Amino acid sequence: MTDTLTNTTAPLPADTEAAARAPRTRRRLDGGNGGTNWWLTALIAVCSLTVLIPLYFTIVTALKTPDQLGGTGFELPTSIRWENFADAYQLTNFPRALMNTALITVGAVFLTLLTNSLVAYAIARNMHKKFFKGLYFYFLAAIFVPFPIIMLPVVKETALLGIDTPVGLILLYTVYGLSFNIFIFVAYINSIPVELEEAARLDGASTWTVFWKVIFPLLSPMNATVGILTCVWAWNDFLLPLVVLSDPSAQTLPLAQFIFQGQFNTNYPVAFASYLMALAPLLIVYVIAQKWVVSGVTRGSVK
Amino acid sequence: MTATATRAKTPAASPGTPARVRSSIARTPRTFYWMVVPAVVIFFGLHTIPVLSGMFFSLTNYAGYGTWDLVGFSNYINLFQDDRVLNSYGFTFGFAIVSTLLVNVIALAIALGLNSKIKFQAAFRGVFFIPYVLAILIIGYVFNYLFANSFPAIFTALGLPGLSSNLLASPDFAWVGIVITTVWQAAAFNVILYLAGLQTISADLYEAAAIDGASGWRRFRSITFPLIGAYFTINMVLSFKSFLQVFDQIVALTAGGPGTSTESIALVIFRGGFQGGEYGYQMANAVVYLFVIIIVSFLQLRILQRREASFS
Repeated sequence: MTDTLTNTTAPLPADTEAAARAPRTRRRLDGGNGGTNWWLTALIAVCSLTVLIPLYFTIVTALKTPDQLGGTGFELPTSIRWENFADAYQLTNFPRALMNTALITVGAVFLTLLTNSLVAYAIARNMHKKFFKGLYFYFLAAIFVPFPIIMLPVVKETALLGIDTPVGLILLYTVYGLSFNIFIFVAYINSIPVELEEAARLDGASTWTVFWKVIFPLLSPMNATVGILTCVWAWNDFLLPLVVLSDPSAQTLPLAQFIFQGQFNTNYPVAFASYLMALAPLLIVYVIAQKWVVSGVTRGSVK
Repeated sequence: MTATATRAKTPAASPGTPARVRSSIARTPRTFYWMVVPAVVIFFGLHTIPVLSGMFFSLTNYAGYGTWDLVGFSNYINLFQDDRVLNSYGFTFGFAIVSTLLVNVIALAIALGLNSKIKFQAAFRGVFFIPYVLAILIIGYVFNYLFANSFPAIFTALGLPGLSSNLLASPDFAWVGIVITTVWQAAAFNVILYLAGLQTISADLYEAAAIDGASGWRRFRSITFPLIGAYFTINMVLSFKSFLQVFDQIVALTAGGPGTSTESIALVIFRGGFQGGEYGYQMANAVVYLFVIIIVSFLQLRILQRREASFS
């Protein structure tokens, strides 16, 4: 896995050299040799507080009663009001919003992984043909198209086609992610030797079989990267569900926070309990799978 | 399909294998076409058609409902006399430039710190990456409360009454609050990208430079920065492009206010198009916006790539 990775960092002139020195680089990163820089450690620790303090603030505010809100808001709660979560749960219809968001996210990740890698494979292996090369640049050009120009027409179109629903959103995430994902997948597929496929083909495997049995398993590091990026995007997206979804019962988590602002306004602890519940699922997944998530995103950038 | 199957079966092709190979090669292209054509059709339908129809309606007086007439380029002419639109371009560009610079400088600094000999490296890296998985809309609501209540209280307690008002309520400085929130959330992703870039640099280079007596800054300027130039270019272009589309955090922080001082281009298109009956007019705005983004992206790529080349 690591060697395919370094292989794909083509733009670096010292490529092979870097690969040969990889073990030493890693040792240095662990801080194994030489002394630890304690000043820098302290500085980084202070900087990391800027990330942690707003999170701490969200948690303590979600636990307070409204009359504890005065002051800076950073004080610990004197008495904890767990009912904030129950109130927020009911007010925003949390389980429904959670289910919608989860369904849309899982659907988008699956459909994206299955289709985008397939398209990228066909393009990567036929780049010498005008048609496929043209397609590649057609998809890449879409990276520069900002969403607001699509926003108004696509709302008309999804309403017309009857896909102003969670299923429609899954389709839209799959289609709008295509440009960037093809870019990542094609670069990776180019680093996979064609000989592997030719061997399978000589044994009589069809192109479909070659893709599913040979190529798709080899793509798993990139599938992890694309899966994480798609998951975070679909889970947290606000604008697309806001304009596309027509049925109020299809609300996603961020959309529910927006729609219930009016009701929250007088009661901040309930609002913060609701924010916390909306942020928690992905945060928990991240804390559990932290190493995997970070390496997944890193890999995508080293293409 | 049937033709190749029967040919493969006939005993006439007694050398067997070559015939099969030839037929499989001849069959390949059609399968490859089947792999891409459905995707192209759907992509064209849900991405290209909206763009083209938007371009067409930018030449009409369509309100989003009812009838419409072709009005030529009058929408475009009106755009350049519309203070609200011009103001949104000014705000969006100012916001995007400041945020791009801050995010990249801060993220690179943090990545450099994380890449040096510090303790608890993995834990710190985990912490700095947290904001990436949090929805910017919800972060915006949290920061909204911080700006409105907590920060004024802190500054008052510190004896700085000049800073004790709500930043977001000031027409002149509300954008600063939006920048702070954006940088807080967006730095995370860029830290990871820069860290990935830094880890491709061989430690030998630094050892050699240290032997030559190069200072920390000189090592950064002559080794680190040129070698991660490609990352810098990509990050600058991508973050600038995404900041030009700013929407969520503005909805959560200021809703475009006070007045229209923090209305971004995306927010103006959203409001005018969906609520203001300005479908055709806002599509003209969106078309201008599309060309602006394309031109800016290409200019950025050219300028930054030239810098990169001159470094190495």
